Amino acid sequence: MEVSSLPISASQRGKLISAGYSSLSSLSSVSPSHLARDLKIPENEAVEILKVASRRSGSDKIENGSHVIMNGAQTAWDMLHEEESSICITTSCSDLDEILGGGIRSKEVTEIGGVPGIGKTQIGIQLAVNIQIPADYGGLGGKAIYIDTEGSFMVERALQIAEACAEDMLEYNSLLRKDSQSHQANIEPKAFLDNIFYFRICTYTEQIAVINYLEKFVFEHKDVKIVIIDSISFHFRQDFEDMALRTRLLSGMALKLMKLAKKFNLAVVLLNQVTTKYNEGSFQLTLALGDSWSHASTNRIILYWNGNARYAYIDKSPSMRSASSPYAVTGRGIRNSSSNCKRVKLM
Amino acid sequence: MANKLISEMGLPKSTANVFAARNIITVKDVLSLSDFELMELLDVGLEEVTRAVAQISEISCPPYQTALSLLEQRKQNEYLAGHLPTRLTGLDTALCGGIPFGVVTELVGPAGIGKTQFCLKLALLASLPISFGGLGGRVTYVDVESKFSSRRMIEMGLTSFPEVFHMDGLAQEMAGRIVVLRPASLSEFTEREFGQGPHRQHPLGWHVSFIKSLAEFSRIPVVVTNQVRSQGRDEASRYLFQVQSRDEPPKDPLKFDSHLVAALGIHWAHAVTIRLVLESKSGKRLIKIAKSSISPSIGFFFNITTSGISLLDDEGVEMVGPEANTIHCQG
Repeated sequence: MEVSSLPISASQRGKLISAGYSSLSSLSSVSPSHLARDLKIPENEAVEILKVASRRSGSDKIENGSHVIMNGAQTAWDMLHEEESSICITTSCSDLDEILGGGIRSKEVTEIGGVPGIGKTQIGIQLAVNIQIPADYGGLGGKAIYIDTEGSFMVERALQIAEACAEDMLEYNSLLRKDSQSHQANIEPKAFLDNIFYFRICTYTEQIAVINYLEKFVFEHKDVKIVIIDSISFHFRQDFEDMALRTRLLSGMALKLMKLAKKFNLAVVLLNQVTTKYNEGSFQLTLALGDSWSHASTNRIILYWNGNARYAYIDKSPSMRSASSPYAVTGRGIRNSSSNCKRVKLM
Repeated sequence: MANKLISEMGLPKSTANVFAARNIITVKDVLSLSDFELMELLDVGLEEVTRAVAQISEISCPPYQTALSLLEQRKQNEYLAGHLPTRLTGLDTALCGGIPFGVVTELVGPAGIGKTQFCLKLALLASLPISFGGLGGRVTYVDVESKFSSRRMIEMGLTSFPEVFHMDGLAQEMAGRIVVLRPASLSEFTEREFGQGPHRQHPLGWHVSFIKSLAEFSRIPVVVTNQVRSQGRDEASRYLFQVQSRDEPPKDPLKFDSHLVAALGIHWAHAVTIRLVLESKSGKRLIKIAKSSISPSIGFFFNITTSGISLLDDEGVEMVGPEANTIHCQG
C-alpha cells in the first residue's frame, strides 16, 4: 500500500515521500518522535499521521483475514433476504403500488417528475403521512423529513390527508378487530403532523448544507424512514451560470442521498420539474436537470396526463418492468382512479 | 444563509485561519467544493475537512419545524389563518378560505376577461378595515400595463360595501393605503428597487425566486397576472415514451378547441403555487382552479358587475383532467 493513498494533506504526503517513507509498511515500525525528526514536523502532527496510517493498514489486515473484499459488501443471497423482509411505503393508490411492486422502497432513491399541477407535491405529502402508518396496520411507523425548496408545502392539505388516513385506519381497525377491545381506538390526525420534520430551503447552498446535515439529523432521529425533497431542481434551475459546477454539485448530492438511504435504511423521494427538449425534429417533455442527472436516481417515475386521467409511468427501474397505471388526486389524497375500468396497462 | 461567513462558524482557530488564507470566505464557497478539492486547496487532512464541512453544514442549515407547529403557529399568529377572502363564496370554500398568505397566486386569461377587475377587488379587500372583514393592510399594486383605475375601484367599493364607503373619510383612508407603482417594465421595477439581478439562462429566474421569497418571508398574499399567447404548432406536450408507445400520429385533443396557453412557459408554471385560469366559453365567463396543492380542480361561472366579479353559482363545476388548464376564448 502506498503512502500516497492516505487521506492526509498534500504537504505532509510530500514530506513523507521525500524522507523515504513510500509504503505503509515503512511507517509501521517507526516511533512518532523519530518520524517527527525525519520530517521536521511537530510531534503531535507525526502522531496524527501514524494514527491514520495504522488505521488504514489495520483495516487491510482484517479484510484479508475474513475474505471480505470491501466494507459493506454483501452476497446477492443476503440482499434477496433483506429485500423480501423490507416493507414498502404505500402510495395509497393500489394500482400505483402494484406496478411499483408494493410501493416506494426503502434504501432506494426514487425520483418523481411531472408537469405543473399533476400532483407531485400531493404524492410527497401523501408519502410523508403514509410512512407513519403503524406496523400493526402494515406500515413502517416511521417519521418523515420534508425538505421544501419551492414553498409549496401546505399544512392545511397535510392535515386533510392525515385526517383521511386516520379515518381509513379506524375503518380497518373496526373491520379486522371486531372481537378485540379496540386496540388503538384513537388516532389523532394532528399526531401525524407532529412527525413531519419540515425544512424550508431558500438557496442551493442551503440545500447542500441540509443534505450534509441530514446524516447527523437522522442519526439523532433514528425513526425517520423517508426523506422527501420537493423539488430537487428548483434552485438549480435558476441563478446558475456555471453548468459544470451544477452537474458536479448535483452528482455530489445524489451520492450523499444514496449513501444516506443505504446507511439508515430509509427511502429518499426526489420530486423534479419538467422541461422541454428538442429531440429528432420535435419538442418533447422531459424531466429537468439534464442527462447526467437522469443517472442519479435508482427509480424514475413520470406523471403525465393521458386523456382526462392522471397516469404514472415507470421510466427507469432496475427491478420493475416499465408500466403505467392511472391514479387520482382526491380530497382525501392520492387514491385509485375510480372511473378507469382497465386497471394496469403494461407497455 | 449562503453568504454567512466562515469565521462565524465556530471552527477551531487553526482551521478557520486556513480557510481565510485561501480566500474561502462564505459558506457558499465551501459547499460548492468537494471534500477532495478542499483538501488540495487547504492542504489539510481529510478528517479535518470532513469535520469542518459537517460543522459548517449544520450551522448554516435552517432550523426545522414539525408540520404541527407550523400549523399552530399560523392559526395563532395570523388573522383568518393566513387567507385573504375573495368574498366569492364558492371560490373561498374551494381555496380553504381565500388567497393564501406566503405563496404566489397567478391569474391567467385572455385580454378583457377580468383579471384587472379581480385584482382591483383584491386590493380593495386587503385595505378594508378588519372590522369589516378585510385585512386592514397596505397594498402595493404594481401596475405594469397602466390599467389601474381608482374610479373603478371606488365604484366597486360603493356597490359592494356601501356601509363602509358612506362613512366619513374611510374611503379616503383606504385608498390612501393602496400604493400604485407604474414601472415601464417589470425588470425596470426590480432593478430600481432591489439592485440589478443577474441575467442568466432564464431571464425570469431571478424574479421567480425573489417574488416567492417576498411572499414567504413577509407572509403576505402575492397575486400576479399573466397573459396568454397562442400555442405554437410543435409545442411540447408529451414525453418521449408517449410518442413511442402509440402508433397513431400524436394528436392532442386540446389543440382542436384551444389555441391559447399561458405565457412564460413551463418553468414559470412550476414556480407559481396557485394558478387560476379565467376564460370565456360559449359566451360564459369561467374561473377555474388550474393548479393548487389544496384545492380540487373546480370551475365557477362568473360575470362582471358594478361590484366587480360575482359568481353566478357557488356550487362550481368539477373539471376533469387537464381541462382545468386549457384556456378558451370565445364570445
